[in-house]
Amino acid sequence: MNRSEAAAAPVAAPVPTAGHAGSPRRDDGALHAMLFAGLVAALLVAPFLAYPVFVMRVMCFALFASAFNLLLGYGGLLSFGHAAYFGLASYVCAFAARSWGVDPVAAILLGTLASAALGAVFGAIAIRRQGIYFAMITLALAQIVYFAALQAPFTGGEDGIQGVPRGRLLGLVDLAPDATLYGLVLVVFVAGLLAIYRIVHSPFGQVLRAIRENESRALSLGYRVDRYRLAVFTMSAALSGLAGATKALVFQLASLTDVHWTMSGEVVLMTLIGGMGTMFGPTVGALVFMALEFYLASIGSWVTVVEGAVFVVCVLAFREGVVGVLARRLGRPL
Amino acid sequence: MLKRVLMAATAATALLGAAVPAFADVSVKIGVLNDRSGPYLDISGEPSVNAARMAVEDFGAEKKGIHVSFVTADHQNKPDTGSNIARQWFDQDGVDVIVDVPNSGVALAVAKVTREKNRIFMNSGAGTSVLTGEQCSPNTVHWTYDTYALAKSTATSILKEGGKSWYFLTADYAFGHALQADATKFVKAAGGTVTGSVDTPFPSSDFSSFLLQAQGSGAQVIGLANAGSDTVNSIKQAAEFGVVSGGQRLAGLLVFITDVHALGLQVAQGLNLTTAFYWDRDDGTRAWTRRYEAVNDGKVPTMDQAGVYASVLHYLKAVDALKGKDTAAVMAKMREIPTDDPLFGHGQLRIDGRVTHDMYLYQVKTPAESKGKYDYYKLLQTIPAAEAFRPLAEDNCPLVK
Repeated sequence: MNRSEAAAAPVAAPVPTAGHAGSPRRDDGALHAMLFAGLVAALLVAPFLAYPVFVMRVMCFALFASAFNLLLGYGGLLSFGHAAYFGLASYVCAFAARSWGVDPVAAILLGTLASAALGAVFGAIAIRRQGIYFAMITLALAQIVYFAALQAPFTGGEDGIQGVPRGRLLGLVDLAPDATLYGLVLVVFVAGLLAIYRIVHSPFGQVLRAIRENESRALSLGYRVDRYRLAVFTMSAALSGLAGATKALVFQLASLTDVHWTMSGEVVLMTLIGGMGTMFGPTVGALVFMALEFYLASIGSWVTVVEGAVFVVCVLAFREGVVGVLARRLGRPL
Repeated sequence: MLKRVLMAATAATALLGAAVPAFADVSVKIGVLNDRSGPYLDISGEPSVNAARMAVEDFGAEKKGIHVSFVTADHQNKPDTGSNIARQWFDQDGVDVIVDVPNSGVALAVAKVTREKNRIFMNSGAGTSVLTGEQCSPNTVHWTYDTYALAKSTATSILKEGGKSWYFLTADYAFGHALQADATKFVKAAGGTVTGSVDTPFPSSDFSSFLLQAQGSGAQVIGLANAGSDTVNSIKQAAEFGVVSGGQRLAGLLVFITDVHALGLQVAQGLNLTTAFYWDRDDGTRAWTRRYEAVNDGKVPTMDQAGVYASVLHYLKAVDALKGKDTAAVMAKMREIPTDDPLFGHGQLRIDGRVTHDMYLYQVKTPAESKGKYDYYKLLQTIPAAEAFRPLAEDNCPLVK
């Protein structure tokens, strides 16, 4: 079993090996368990220290970036159209909750399913090519979704779907107060992150990494490379959808911002800043990115410039991302 | 028993507390949320904040014990950005009232958050009549103008002059759709026809393909259901395509003075437009504009910026009368006292949130008629407050019962 976190994605720079190739450290699992526990503890305290809606936003985007990282960091596929799955789920969830009045959990699941289905279709088309062509195909397909969201009658065009009710969880708990909704988002986020952890550390995840490292060799060993790629693409789309649907409930709004190509770009930035191919990197990246947007909101559209500068510094100074650098220093995969 | 005594005591203290002070000693926080980087920058932007500050000074708020502070933000014309900022302002920053908010999509989103958080939203920048119609709220005040008032006055005046068949160029969001819907009603009511419409992405810089469609429609009038830089671009490009020289007429349904300034009189001359405020209307507006220009690098106010001033002034009057800022009480007080300021004259805040005041139909002067800087309009007609806006009975507002 190879726990090396090297991420030789076709388009991105290779990330130096963090673990000891071929000799997995048995206590990595324990370390990760501790980190998860620490993360949950921090998130339980966070709403008392920071604005709860902000923390919920960070969690939604952290899950989105982690789902994206599953595809990029572990599958070695750079999709440039992940906003499609994030946005579609947010529209479906918002529409279901507002127009059909379904339970919030059911609305989130509907959104996730819609994104999974879309991911399966788009994935089947996109995985036929690799590298830059793959990225361009995913971008083109995502633009179709954007155009559909702009024109379709139920999406509300530029206005989006507004005033989405947060509803009552399973008909029992009122989600309107931030505190109860925070609980739901926390559960969704942690469950999503654990699911990704499980996928990455399963035999399936190891085959994925084998394919990423050396496709021909995996093929010669009898693995159906395309099926694995399609599977991870669909999973990534579904988890992005989970994040998007949750975001729609938090902000009670689904809008074009969620499907716009800039959203696809932002998630790439978050993942790279945090650390591609690390379990906790995307979460850190999302936190950095959202904090910039939140605390610099007063300077308006200049935020984009600052974000760009941060990204440039990140690429020049530490290309493995924040968590990637930490992992290298510690010599442990994070 | 003890509980009851305590309750009575608390109630008595509260009553006394409310009745005693002659000096208000209230702190209010006003959030100016508008476009500070996009197509509505000139209509709203930083000058709106200055207009709000002028209202605070003119009212002498500090002397009356009302301590006003401001926060400002750019909603970037995105409903999600706007509603996030509003939510955060209410939750975290203790903002009592949000003003301005051009862009109808954002305004509708902010109205929902404001209602949920039970604060006050005084809009003067957005146009959609839905704000005081189907989506009216007890927490919304809509100043300045709306799509109904614009459509009624401009469309009717053009129909009278013989423009019977219409084709709409519509900005593809809440505002454009509301404006087209309202204008269509008046065109049909006056016996005109609508031959078609095309939705243009918002904001847009290239209108050529839409203008060609409009030209090809053969309609007598091309109705521009858009605003800000969209209006400027579509009128400029229409001139390049020879739309007007080809015999068709342009009807700008929402034209701000900054748009006319950007177009220049050569292009804009002869345009009929409806506005709630023109700086050169009377001595009161001229005197106010002179002071406004001094703090805004010589720019004249748009009706939106004037509306920010007037709405903040009216809000402060209500707070001063109550010596408090309880949302329900302030809203009731603002409905009770008539609106009165040098910019909009007398008016009234209705139950649906609409503020009524006179509206004016102007025509853009020719370059020869214009005598100086910003001398752009000549008055065609004054539409009295009672007729300018949509009657309550036609509102579909659930609050009107």
